[in-house]
Amino acid sequence: MSFDNAYEAITEGSDGRWAFGTGFDNPLAGIDTTVPADVNAGDLALYSLMLGDDALIMSHRLQQWCTSAPELEDEVALANIALDLLGQARLLLSRAAAADGTGRGEDWYAFFRAEHEFRNVRLAELERGDFGELTARLLVFATWRLALLQRLVASRDPVLAAVAAKGVKEVTYHRDYAAQWLVRLGDGTGFSRARAQGGLAAIWPYVPELFSAHDVERRLAAAGVAADPAGVRGEFDDVLAQVLAAATLDVPDVAGGVAGRAGRHGVHTEAMGYLLAELQSVARADPEATW
Amino acid sequence: MSTERNAGTNAGTNAGTNAGTNAGTGRTGWPLWEVFIRGKRGLNHVHVGSLHAADGEMALRNARDLYTRRNEGVSIWVVPSASITASSPDEKDPFFAPSGDKVYRHPTFYDIPDNVPHM
Repeated sequence: MSFDNAYEAITEGSDGRWAFGTGFDNPLAGIDTTVPADVNAGDLALYSLMLGDDALIMSHRLQQWCTSAPELEDEVALANIALDLLGQARLLLSRAAAADGTGRGEDWYAFFRAEHEFRNVRLAELERGDFGELTARLLVFATWRLALLQRLVASRDPVLAAVAAKGVKEVTYHRDYAAQWLVRLGDGTGFSRARAQGGLAAIWPYVPELFSAHDVERRLAAAGVAADPAGVRGEFDDVLAQVLAAATLDVPDVAGGVAGRAGRHGVHTEAMGYLLAELQSVARADPEATW
Repeated sequence: MSTERNAGTNAGTNAGTNAGTNAGTGRTGWPLWEVFIRGKRGLNHVHVGSLHAADGEMALRNARDLYTRRNEGVSIWVVPSASITASSPDEKDPFFAPSGDKVYRHPTFYDIPDNVPHM
């Protein structure tokens, strides 16, 4: 039982197809997927869309880095992160379908909704910037999402709790990846520092929206189902302060942010329409297609 | 940086031809690292390939992203390719051929119990 290479080692035993790996876990194995009787199903459906759309749209922006990342190794890393988020989106959009009782598939939510029906935060949809902007956006997104998922592990909805338990491990790595890069760029050359600081400045107006709770989030948080985003601001600020200090970067001096109804209400920036056109055009051109 | 790349190319002859031929073409000139992974059922770390990274921390993360995507690993080592001194294919005969006919060096003179694995 000695092996010439690792792939021989991992395929030893039952699973002969190493490309599909071995020992995979189904995150929903053994989970009761019926909506708890005392949870408002309409609210749960909308909340699942919010979390699912955050992951779907951020994943799409990360996918756009394929073939244009600065290094091959980082291209794979970003694709891995995008795939992690896409996996979370699939489970969450399926949860929305189960909760709203329509029985529509996850694809319908991704490909056949209009812009105002998407409930993602606007940070996720912003036009792709440079690598400094990507790093800043990913750090902010992952830090915020990780704080939410850590609380959702205790959700009274068993599916949200299971998705969160899976997501915590994934997003912890996303945050680590982004933090490592932001420290490298910020504490690097004058040029890389300016890019990192510029990236933070570009996304910072969309940070307050992350912590502004929608009525549905507030109601479900009170019912022990959702995580109230307003409650994770302190943790977020602590993590960002720590990373920015190590990166010798300054917290951007942006007062207030963009106010009013926002992504959680279905109100988006101009970039969202173009993003959805790219995301949905193939599915809409041939709605009967299967893949 | 160029000396590091040359060293990487030399190590690459042992570590896989892709790594060797790509070693000098990285846009940033990051040095080459060799990656060793211990699989879930593997007993020891096994060489799986190489990658470019600016330092060990980045090499470890890149290795995680490149070589453990399909649930392959539970532990990763990364080693600068320049730190590996490899035997040369030219020396194959003097290095290895002499042991080819020394059958008496194998412990064939006693039975290995069935419950002693990995011999």
